[in-house]
Amino acid sequence: MTASKDHILSQLRKQSVPASELPDLQQAELTQQWITYPDLSEQFTELLASIKGLCLRVKNVEEVNQRLAELPVYQESKQICSLIPNCGQPNVNVNEITDPHDFNDVDFAILPGEFCVAENGATWISNDGGPTRTLYFLAQHIALIVPASEVVPHMHAAYERLTFENPSFGTFMAGPSKTADIEQSLVIGAHGARSLTVFLVDDAF
Amino acid sequence: MPSHPKLAEAFVKDKERAKWHDQSLWFVRSKRDKAVHQLPEWELLREQASKIKSYVISHLPDLLEQFEKNATAKGVHVHWARDAKEHNEIVHSILEKHQVKRVVKSKSMLTEECHLNPYLERHGIEIVDTDLGEWIVQLQDKPPSHIVMPAIHIKKEEIGELFHEKLGTEKGASDPQYLTESARQHLRRKFIEADAGITGVNFAIADTGGFVVCTNEGNADLGTSLNKLHIACMGIEKLIPRADDLGVFLRLLARSATGQPITTYSSHFHGPKPDGEMHIVLLDNGRSEISGSDEFRRSLNCIRCGACMNTCPVYRRSGGYSYSNTIPGPIGSILGPAHDTKKHSSLPFACSLCASCTDVCPVKIDLHHQLLTWRKEIRLKGLLPFSKRLSMKMMGWMMQAPRLYQFAGTCARWVVPYLPRFLLYNRFNAWGKQRELPDIPKQSFREWMKKNHDRK
Repeated sequence: MTASKDHILSQLRKQSVPASELPDLQQAELTQQWITYPDLSEQFTELLASIKGLCLRVKNVEEVNQRLAELPVYQESKQICSLIPNCGQPNVNVNEITDPHDFNDVDFAILPGEFCVAENGATWISNDGGPTRTLYFLAQHIALIVPASEVVPHMHAAYERLTFENPSFGTFMAGPSKTADIEQSLVIGAHGARSLTVFLVDDAF
Repeated sequence: MPSHPKLAEAFVKDKERAKWHDQSLWFVRSKRDKAVHQLPEWELLREQASKIKSYVISHLPDLLEQFEKNATAKGVHVHWARDAKEHNEIVHSILEKHQVKRVVKSKSMLTEECHLNPYLERHGIEIVDTDLGEWIVQLQDKPPSHIVMPAIHIKKEEIGELFHEKLGTEKGASDPQYLTESARQHLRRKFIEADAGITGVNFAIADTGGFVVCTNEGNADLGTSLNKLHIACMGIEKLIPRADDLGVFLRLLARSATGQPITTYSSHFHGPKPDGEMHIVLLDNGRSEISGSDEFRRSLNCIRCGACMNTCPVYRRSGGYSYSNTIPGPIGSILGPAHDTKKHSSLPFACSLCASCTDVCPVKIDLHHQLLTWRKEIRLKGLLPFSKRLSMKMMGWMMQAPRLYQFAGTCARWVVPYLPRFLLYNRFNAWGKQRELPDIPKQSFREWMKKNHDRK
């Protein structure tokens, strides 16, 4: 195996490739050109709606609970998980589950999101790698709870916030799971969540 | 290998279907345009992407070593494979070690390139493609016809029939919603039963040792979060130097591919789960050789968005299966001959040199220039078919002799209108297969000039 490594590297080093410079993505000439929006959370809400997600701006966790209760998919959910204290009426105890397969029947999961990106409607989530990581993808419906102050304009600003020093898992989630693989007809709910609601919450929670 | 025109024959014959295919792809191209126009900095992003990729190719060995070091530090096992055979052996040996019987795989053109599925199946391992489009073609026992939309060439009625036969869905059902839901139910079971997940890699980050996988369906994430074992397979050109570079590439990728602002899931994997194992297989398979070619090096910039296919007038009207290469379309017509010139020698000619691919490429690959260069190489290698060689020779000969050219023109104007059809439209006239010759003018341009604008 090291033989293959050595072979590939020596093969590559044998080639004469003209040197090329790496652009500085922080330089002002570039950063000044990146798109800006007058109201980040408004832009995020609009964008998320265009990719079939829903964004609700609320004052606090109590209001999240009220709005959740109004959502038909939440009302119909039998198994509910929540990773946010005092949020929702969870009836599955997340702490008791060690095998991610046991989340198979979860209908609704209320999960933390770290920040949102206005340009594309994505929310960054990260997970320490325990079984709860599966919830983001296996639950039928998902609500992400994000502090309202945490909306960045674009992906460059998003990566300014991210470091990957330690082993970790994180993903940008933009709307519910979807596919257009059959004749380009958009169908929501391919393998992951059938619906995605992002709550932008004003007060600390 | 049959040539592109030969492979395209059946597809082109069904005119209605060819038109439908053409329009489906043009619809995706239009969505791309709409998304692109919403970003005033689009061209700037393309430039940065192109520069970053050029840097990557010029520093590839160092970046690969840096990636390996950082990935290893995060607990990832890094493997190196010279070719498809070695790649498949590595993947199989990992699966064997873990006694894996069932694998779920998310879309990866690289594993298609290596023909991993049949290899693992021969070794008694069930492997399920979980991207809906790729699963549809897997059920048909066919390869993808497009790198982003593998089943773009299949009609919903045919998918309905296929699902009825394989999954027992209602006969005659063709509603995409219903069919997708059936696939979801069926594949959920596959996800739950699987012992390991295989994914491709969209970007691997040298300075963090992590990698990013983009999907819309969530299949890569289900397959990897449910299982302890994750194997990711990537070509060595998929590296980028820094995590910040993802800001550029993730803004470009989905907008170019389908006109979405970003894929639904852009997952960043840095190391295995606490109780899991993560492997990355780095594949060369001819890439290192391309990096040494001044003409074709930039084809390694490709981020596999498929925009060049969606816009290509030839791809749209001939379908993915008319390309002898795993990756079809303009980029496939460059990568194919680079891998096996003889086998894919007809591909660079499946191009009108309209340059639309170059215009839409998010990493600024000069696709149509490279295709033209390939034509030259193929001629130099003596791989042109006899009919092309002969007609080019005659053309060249005539073009160099003005009097002969004029004489031939005069003769043609006199004779062609009186020739019977079978002499004009026969197997030697490939051009006339689907086309009628224009009306032959009474006089040549030269004669017309002489008559109307002669020097006083």
